[in-house]
Amino acid sequence: MKAFTSLYSQLDQTTKTNAKINIMADYFLHTYETDSIWAIALLTGRRPKRPIRTADLKLWATELAQIPFWLFEESYSVTGDLAETISLLIPTSNNSTVIPLNKVMTEILEIVNKTEEKKKEWLFSYWNVLSKDELFVFNKLITGSFRVGASQQLVYKALSKAYKLDDKLIAHKLMGSWLPQSSGLKELLFNTDKSFDDSKPYPFYLAYQLDVPFTELGDVNEWQIERKYDGIRGQIVVRNKQIFIWSRGEDLMTEKFPEFNLLKNILPDATVIDGEILPFKDNKIMSFAEMQKRIGRKNLNSKILKDAPLCMMCYDLLELNGEDQRSITMQERRKKLEELLEEFPSAILKLSPLQTCDVWENLDTLRVLSKSQGCEGLMLKHKESIYETGRRRGKWWKWKVDPFTVDAVLIYAQSGHGRRANLFTDYTFAIRDGETLMPFAKAYSGLTDKELIEVDAWIKRNTIEKFGPVRSVKAELVFEIAFEGINASPRHKSGIAVRFPRILRWRKDKKKDEINTKDDLLQLLNAV
Amino acid sequence: MLIQFTNKGIYCKQAGIYIDPWKPVDRAVITHAHSDHARLGSKEYLAHTQSENILKYRLGNISLQTLDYYQPIHINGVKISLYPAGHIIGSAQVRLEYKGEIWVVSGDYKVKTDNYTVPFEPVKCQHFITESTFGLPVYNFPEAEVVNKSLNNWVHQNAEEGFNSVIIGYALGKAQRILEALETDLPILLHTTIYNTNEALGFDNSPYIKFTQDFKRELLNPGIVLATGTVLGSPWMKRFEPYKLAVCSGWMQLRGARRRSNADIGIVMSDHADWQGLNEAVTATGAENIYVTHGYKTNFSKWLREEKKLNAQEVETLFEGDGIENESKETNPKETPS
Ligand SMILES: [Zn+2]
Ligand SMILES: [Zn+2]
Repeated sequence: MKAFTSLYSQLDQTTKTNAKINIMADYFLHTYETDSIWAIALLTGRRPKRPIRTADLKLWATELAQIPFWLFEESYSVTGDLAETISLLIPTSNNSTVIPLNKVMTEILEIVNKTEEKKKEWLFSYWNVLSKDELFVFNKLITGSFRVGASQQLVYKALSKAYKLDDKLIAHKLMGSWLPQSSGLKELLFNTDKSFDDSKPYPFYLAYQLDVPFTELGDVNEWQIERKYDGIRGQIVVRNKQIFIWSRGEDLMTEKFPEFNLLKNILPDATVIDGEILPFKDNKIMSFAEMQKRIGRKNLNSKILKDAPLCMMCYDLLELNGEDQRSITMQERRKKLEELLEEFPSAILKLSPLQTCDVWENLDTLRVLSKSQGCEGLMLKHKESIYETGRRRGKWWKWKVDPFTVDAVLIYAQSGHGRRANLFTDYTFAIRDGETLMPFAKAYSGLTDKELIEVDAWIKRNTIEKFGPVRSVKAELVFEIAFEGINASPRHKSGIAVRFPRILRWRKDKKKDEINTKDDLLQLLNAV
Repeated sequence: MLIQFTNKGIYCKQAGIYIDPWKPVDRAVITHAHSDHARLGSKEYLAHTQSENILKYRLGNISLQTLDYYQPIHINGVKISLYPAGHIIGSAQVRLEYKGEIWVVSGDYKVKTDNYTVPFEPVKCQHFITESTFGLPVYNFPEAEVVNKSLNNWVHQNAEEGFNSVIIGYALGKAQRILEALETDLPILLHTTIYNTNEALGFDNSPYIKFTQDFKRELLNPGIVLATGTVLGSPWMKRFEPYKLAVCSGWMQLRGARRRSNADIGIVMSDHADWQGLNEAVTATGAENIYVTHGYKTNFSKWLREEKKLNAQEVETLFEGDGIENESKETNPKETPS
């Protein structure tokens, strides 16, 4: 736990990718493999389920801290983080008990099904001996909120450095559904037996939101342009007469998509296709909500299968006849994909249509148009691009219509200009920052005329203060705000600057305490 | 009641004095020289001897009478004396006694010693006015030795890696503590406000470099820069690149605040009492009546009422407490760096 805690705080203290790689590589080199395997799992997002209910955690922490419950809640609302609150409130000793990470993790898995009493006893056995820093990380693990500021790719790079293996190979080996409690590090990373896992998908290549001017992209004809679909990114893996469907989150979802099952008899052996799984009916893409309904079901009856049939919009070919296709160009892969689908046709495999665009200037029209086709923007893929691992800049870009959205509350209003001079149409929105509201964006457009009038009337009824043309209003109305980009900005009070914010819709269904927080925005920022 | 809470501040009618008034009055007793406690415009001031120079530096040529700790004066039958508050140099608790009724106005205070300021001393009384800046149990601060050690380790690691260490702290109180805490042979450059504050305090500036516009970056290479919060996010910092940034404040106890500060490290160094300190101080006075001012006053007074069974109530004041956000109010606007 000590080494892992130190790893966590070191990663927490730097934003430099190279430093992060070195910190992790150093950890892997100096840690027992039985612990490393758990660290890899946790760093790549394989978190255990929370073993103890939040209400119990709070109650028991209050007991150890010897404070009344209301004071715990007040402290929590100021801290904004349960794990941190508990670690600050309960008394700690400078005990130097060494507890291996794998012991902690194994016990977390085991304690889930125990009685409340046993859970409490187990929990106190840790709370009473861990140091303050360890306690924080431990609490993060048991509240299921453990996150580190290091992408999977950085983890792969660090492993590559520590174990002298190619990072793409590592990425591939760590794909899929291995469990840290039953996998050995050696077996996982160094196994060369190809047949040992037919199900293995390839690491997905992910695009960043376009944030460079077209002039930097060169000739538009060098780019393959497709729509960006709003479905589930997935890989269809067919090997040895079996089919496996993987989501981008590396979940094996084969069971959820029974209609794909017949593909194992249609597609040639050892084929891997990358694409978007979409609900598709009467020649039209259905909304993502239909997909969510389906995913949420335990049992898929014939009615559901009929109401929301799925297809895959195929856009890349990763393996053909058992051969890895990732190092040939996009253009060549696309050609092979077209040939494959022509030779082995199936109604549920569709080819993602290419969009034609002769000049960059027309691209925005295409992007906006994609929305009416049930899509969320465009993908730009350089025709010479190989299939990379993870999120990378340069050769693939996504250009979404509404790349980022958050729910925010209206706090200031100002009257508009021209035709709208008598209406309050310029709004300032705030997100939550602990107990306070933090203004983060101004937006003008996005509401219908009818909504504008309704909001205007509300503003006039709910004004708190007037400062010249600006009114502060009761924090109550929630809006979904979309924006194009997000940057750290010391000049803004929130520390964050967003580009081109606009109102997506009025969320009458949401209350003020459901808005996004500053931490959410920071997470978006870190994910960019 | 000897003391009233008025819209000008804490008032003793019998003696005709206000303590840390936020509006101009005839006679003001000042607990310490921070700008939310020592304001311009009153006719006569009374403060601790060690506050004299800094008060004159900040407020100009005021009419000021000074007292040592424990040295009483009597005004219209009220015995007034000052006791160490341990907050910053010259900070005092004001004890007022009249016909057996005893009040203590603590101003800002801390109970933990910092090895620099005269330590806090509990004073028996019936009525105690306390701050509550860190009046939540999540604010229990580490000991000064631990904090100082982590600051020194950080500075030396930076130097080894070729980085300057830029340290942010209040000009009055915090800056001197930081300078006392640093154990290093590295060159230390002081922001103008801090340099001038040191001078006013009589704090020895000879080991340090004063920042000037024609400052040569080779002077550091690498070294330490001590500045106030006004420079955060300003181009003033650019000239020290490559650097790492530390913010020294009690607020750094929480991760969220550390992240918001954009600092590489948050040093939990505070001149206010932490949760434990507040509780110890209140208990040590033996007072039945507690008046809670600036900070988490709702929570702290409720805690004192319900758990300690004291007659505690919240009091509205215009003290702002210390915080990186308030830093700009604390420094002299004429001296903001350009
Ligand atoms: Zn103060
Ligand atoms: Zn104060």
